[in-house]
Amino acid sequence: MTTLLEVKNLKKYFPAASNTLFNKRFLKAVDDVSFSIKKGETLGLVGESGCGKTTTGKTVIRLYEPTAGQIIYDGKDITKVNMLPYRRKMQIVFQDPYASLDPRMTVGDIVGEAIDIHNLAPSNAERKEKIITLLEHVGLNSEHANRFPHEFSGGQRQRIGIARALAVDPEFIVCDEPVSALDVSIQAQIINMFEELQEEMGLTYLFIAHDLSVVKHISNRIGVMYLGKLVELADSYELTFHSLHPYTKSLVSAIPVPDPKESRERQRIVLEGDVPSPLDPPSGCRFRTRCRYATKICAEEEPEFKEVRSGHFVACHHCCE
Amino acid sequence: MSEYLVDIQNLRLSFFTPAGEVKALNDVSIQMKQGDVLGIVGESGSGKSVTAYSLMGLVPEPGRILSGSIIFNGHRIHEMSEKELRQIRGNEISIIFQDPMTSLNPVFTIGNQIEEVILLHTDKNRKEARERAEELLSLVGINEPKKRLRQYPHELSGGMRQRVMIAIALACEPKLLIADEPTTALDVTIQAQILELMNELKEKIGMSIIMITHDLGVVASMCEKIAVMYAGKIVEYGTAEEIFYNPQHEYTKGLLLSIPKLTATEHEKLIPIEGTPVDMLMPPQGCPFAPRCQNTMKICLKEMPPYTDINEDHYSACWLLQKQAYMTMKDGVAR
Ligand SMILES: Nc1ncnc2c1ncn2[C@@H]1O[C@H](COP(=O)(O)OP(=O)(O)OP(=O)(O)O)[C@@H](O)[C@H]1O
Ligand SMILES: Nc1ncnc2c1ncn2[C@@H]1O[C@H](COP(=O)(O)OP(=O)(O)OP(=O)(O)O)[C@@H](O)[C@H]1O
Ligand code: SF4
Ligand SMILES: [Mg+2]
Ligand SMILES: [Mg+2]
Repeated sequence: MTTLLEVKNLKKYFPAASNTLFNKRFLKAVDDVSFSIKKGETLGLVGESGCGKTTTGKTVIRLYEPTAGQIIYDGKDITKVNMLPYRRKMQIVFQDPYASLDPRMTVGDIVGEAIDIHNLAPSNAERKEKIITLLEHVGLNSEHANRFPHEFSGGQRQRIGIARALAVDPEFIVCDEPVSALDVSIQAQIINMFEELQEEMGLTYLFIAHDLSVVKHISNRIGVMYLGKLVELADSYELTFHSLHPYTKSLVSAIPVPDPKESRERQRIVLEGDVPSPLDPPSGCRFRTRCRYATKICAEEEPEFKEVRSGHFVACHHCCE
Repeated sequence: MSEYLVDIQNLRLSFFTPAGEVKALNDVSIQMKQGDVLGIVGESGSGKSVTAYSLMGLVPEPGRILSGSIIFNGHRIHEMSEKELRQIRGNEISIIFQDPMTSLNPVFTIGNQIEEVILLHTDKNRKEARERAEELLSLVGINEPKKRLRQYPHELSGGMRQRVMIAIALACEPKLLIADEPTTALDVTIQAQILELMNELKEKIGMSIIMITHDLGVVASMCEKIAVMYAGKIVEYGTAEEIFYNPQHEYTKGLLLSIPKLTATEHEKLIPIEGTPVDMLMPPQGCPFAPRCQNTMKICLKEMPPYTDINEDHYSACWLLQKQAYMTMKDGVAR
């Protein structure tokens, strides 16, 4: 498979309120992150609130301008180019299916907007037909086109958001917590739909969620972020069953499994304390303040993100000893 | 006195909204013994929170109890005045909410807020209350409790605020702790800390817990008994083992098939429950799950199914079970 998206040493810093005029401070939301996604693949991104998942997703499609680093899409460096031609190819679906839909527009117009912007339908009849095809594709029907977002349930709104993203025939979609706000019984409908659309249309996903069970289910590979850093990246099963980074290990072990017996037998690695402030991250390894293996070198040197087994990347001084 | 700590019988509760009547609780009964840990799971809007609040005598406007009874620790909650109820709340029964920020007062220190509760509900003096507050913070695993007592809510992280809420809830050693999605707003590693804490406290203090959540993983790791709610009704009740390994209601079965399992070693396609959640303003006649059920029969669309006992501690409301029970009975007679 060929690589569709390659991200090299990506950084996104946000200016932060500073106490003095001259000492400008930055919040390093994404700090030197590298990964690539193959055509037709799903790369999952997990990590705790504020670790930089959304910022990564928005920066790779340049909804945020990167502070540093390179974004290569389909062989072309798009870090600084005019994005208009790429907007069609790279789409995003958001977490909150209500907030991301204009309440005053009908569903038909929400889906049709992008078709208009990119002149994808030469006539009104064709526009209408395309909208209906799209709605049907995501499990809605032509009747829904004239209704407004508030008339729909959460799951249906998410379908509308997905239809909107699909309207421009994209190749790559950033899915930012697309099922987190939905009822458990509805999540599966949407997850299956993402899988089916991918098979049919050969889509490539960057799938962001904090629920590792969901991410593992849908992704080929998973990246784990902690305080703006990618700390581990591997095949989904490898990452779930043979993780190497102490943070990933505790993350995996902390997930309550829906099985009373298994749950009783599971060894939880309960982490002490909280995630430190991203404005003032620990020196060296950012995880060291909560890591039970931390030694002197962890405070002094930042561990390198390196491939320790084929396709398995990890950033830790002690994980392979 | 009843042998139960919690005994809710046939509770019907509706909200009379401008858009119409929302039958939030439709004949809900729950029994719990001292020390029981009950999980309530179900879709958004199925009545989990309303059930729990009614137990504290809290029925938000425009809600009305239409019929049924709520007995807690011998008190007839549904017949008590607000003044009497206040004696019980925070004393014999406490609640922790999903979002600890909105339930802590931002302008008072943590210490102030815990001490207030202690002063209100016990005959301890200021100094004793302060000592107890410190003790409680240590109990819920907060380091440097002295320092924390002087801080304001915004100075604490989400996980720490939730611990403070638990400390406040425990201040009077309640017989029952209601936890309404206590970890939903928290990260998994922090959730693990809080769940571990609650498990420890349960052992130490021996209190009963009602754990409300939509996370089947959380109930599996915490609860001995589980009530599954759908559209204002408990559609299935049983021990955790029964619910997870021997589910009987079509909704429970569907729910278990629709969640991805972290421990699965190969890709299994999820089997979703088709359709959309119930519109509580226009609930279907008959079984509320009928419009989404794979096995709907004629009677399901007409009449609410009665409960069928699966075994001593497990029952479910589904017409299929009635049919099965009838068939077995008929077989028995024929033989
Ligand atoms: N537009 C912005 N301006 C300033 N800071 C921001 C902005 N967007 C995000 N941040 C900060 O960057 C960090 C990373 O945020 P981000 O939203 O990427 O995290 P996340 O991993 O998506 O978290 P969540 O799981 O809560 O969605 C956070 O500390 C956040 O406060
Ligand atoms: N104050 C109110 N006014 C009108 N309707 C209400 C009110 N409070 C609750 N309801 C309705 O009662 C029903 C049950 O609500 P409840 O809050 O118990 O659901 P829940 O199971 O806790 O859902 P969630 O998982 O979303 O918290 C819902 O249909 C809700 O819309
Ligand atoms: S580098 Fe050190 S502190 Fe960081 S995860 Fe590895 S052992 Fe822990
Ligand atoms: Mg995010
Ligand atoms: Mg609720």
